[in-house]
Amino acid sequence: MIEIKNIRKSFENREILKDISTVFEKGKTNLIIGQSGSGKTVLLKSIVRLLEVEEGEILFDGRDIRKMSFSVLKKLRQEMGMVFQGGALFDSMNVAENVRFPMDMFTKMTNGEKNMHVDFCLDRVNIKGAHHLFPSEISGGMRKRVAIARAIALNPKYLFCDEPNSGLDPVTSILIDNLIKEITVEFDITTLINTHDMNSVMEIGDNILFISEGEKGWEGNSTQVLFTRNKKLNEFVFASPLSKRIRELKQREDDE
Amino acid sequence: MRIFNEIGSYFLLMFRVFSKPEKGRIYWRQLLLEIEKLGIQSIGIVAIISVFMGGIITLQLTYNMSNPLMPTYLIGLGNRDTLILEFSCTVLSLMLAGKVGSNIASEIGSMQVTEQIDSLELMGVNSASFLILPKIIAVVFISPILFVLSVFCGIIGGLIAGPISGIVTVAQYMDGIKTMFVPFYVGFSIIKTLVFGFLIASVPAYWGYNVQGGALEVGHASTRAVVNTSILILFFDLILTQLLFK
Repeated sequence: MIEIKNIRKSFENREILKDISTVFEKGKTNLIIGQSGSGKTVLLKSIVRLLEVEEGEILFDGRDIRKMSFSVLKKLRQEMGMVFQGGALFDSMNVAENVRFPMDMFTKMTNGEKNMHVDFCLDRVNIKGAHHLFPSEISGGMRKRVAIARAIALNPKYLFCDEPNSGLDPVTSILIDNLIKEITVEFDITTLINTHDMNSVMEIGDNILFISEGEKGWEGNSTQVLFTRNKKLNEFVFASPLSKRIRELKQREDDE
Repeated sequence: MRIFNEIGSYFLLMFRVFSKPEKGRIYWRQLLLEIEKLGIQSIGIVAIISVFMGGIITLQLTYNMSNPLMPTYLIGLGNRDTLILEFSCTVLSLMLAGKVGSNIASEIGSMQVTEQIDSLELMGVNSASFLILPKIIAVVFISPILFVLSVFCGIIGGLIAGPISGIVTVAQYMDGIKTMFVPFYVGFSIIKTLVFGFLIASVPAYWGYNVQGGALEVGHASTRAVVNTSILILFFDLILTQLLFK
């Protein structure tokens, strides 16, 4: 479980995160949604302390990441996995080496064990026969899946995904969403996903935090999000004509 | 004021770079890769430039010293000492600042803007140390070797160009090469190449590591890295020459 309490973050006197508090539950997919520029990525990077916040507490199962020394922070980070927006795979390493890298750095596994675990992780994300390809030789969806495989290589307790669906077609997006959901349940981890993909919200949104202009705008789940009276959230969720139409039909169905 | 911020940030980064590596074996592997990439792959260009440099210095000396009162062996001697004292360490380092420095700045800068460095940090890896330390060690290690190679190729260049001028013979030129050799000059230049090697790797790494933005900023960082490294090489050349010859 990750708990954040009253966190604030500014860049050059411009407040990006304004007093945000919430709890991200274990074994669930916790979504952070909001428009581009609302502060989602800053929030995610602040939680993992890639950015330093000015105020507040960020508790990983009761351990405040802000108060940790560099060496303790390094230990905690070995319990984390993160899927970055562009995958952030190491260009100089092939797919298998990318997944193997955390094991090389932090485990005492033998080469055979590492290779077996690489196969397991890549199998888990449905990648076969691409071990020797380099990131520049694979598709965007595949890069995301390799990034997920690398993120789960050390059996993390916390998984962070920054826009895992960005730049992907709807079918691949659903595959990625389902994969993250399955991994979350299977490994019983606390998963945080930054997204503005409404399909993800509806499909895997166990807990949803809506950020608007750096503030916590709303909190709930994928069922509640459809019927909220929050104006800003409604503008965000039902921005497309298709979603507006679906909502109208749904309301008509409920009225009847 | 900004320059002090940059110097402070540079030393803070170096403090992180020289912290204890997470896993020595992985760093060793990285080091070998960097020696191959930054050092071995520079041998060709160093050899070519040095042959031309030696040839040009010899021709310049030949045409400017063609005086019956001056012994012709001075041409070989002049070429050798010029190469050892300045050209094969300072000029070569300036050239490497362009080739190796821009490579380091753009590689690390690209990793920064594509979040690969964040990814390393999030795994619990000291990204500064992991990425920069092997590069610094590789360049510092390879620089004296390139210096020796450069002197050798420069002398060969002179050997080719000198007799072409028709003023100095191979025997006279070789006499000059062997005359009044001062071993301290080699030691002095190796000290300089070690310092320059450190600058060539660490300054571009600093600019690359602190890139914010996209491809355009990576390009700017690369340019800044080469310019700053070149200035620092000349600045330290001045200081070291004053200190070591005092």
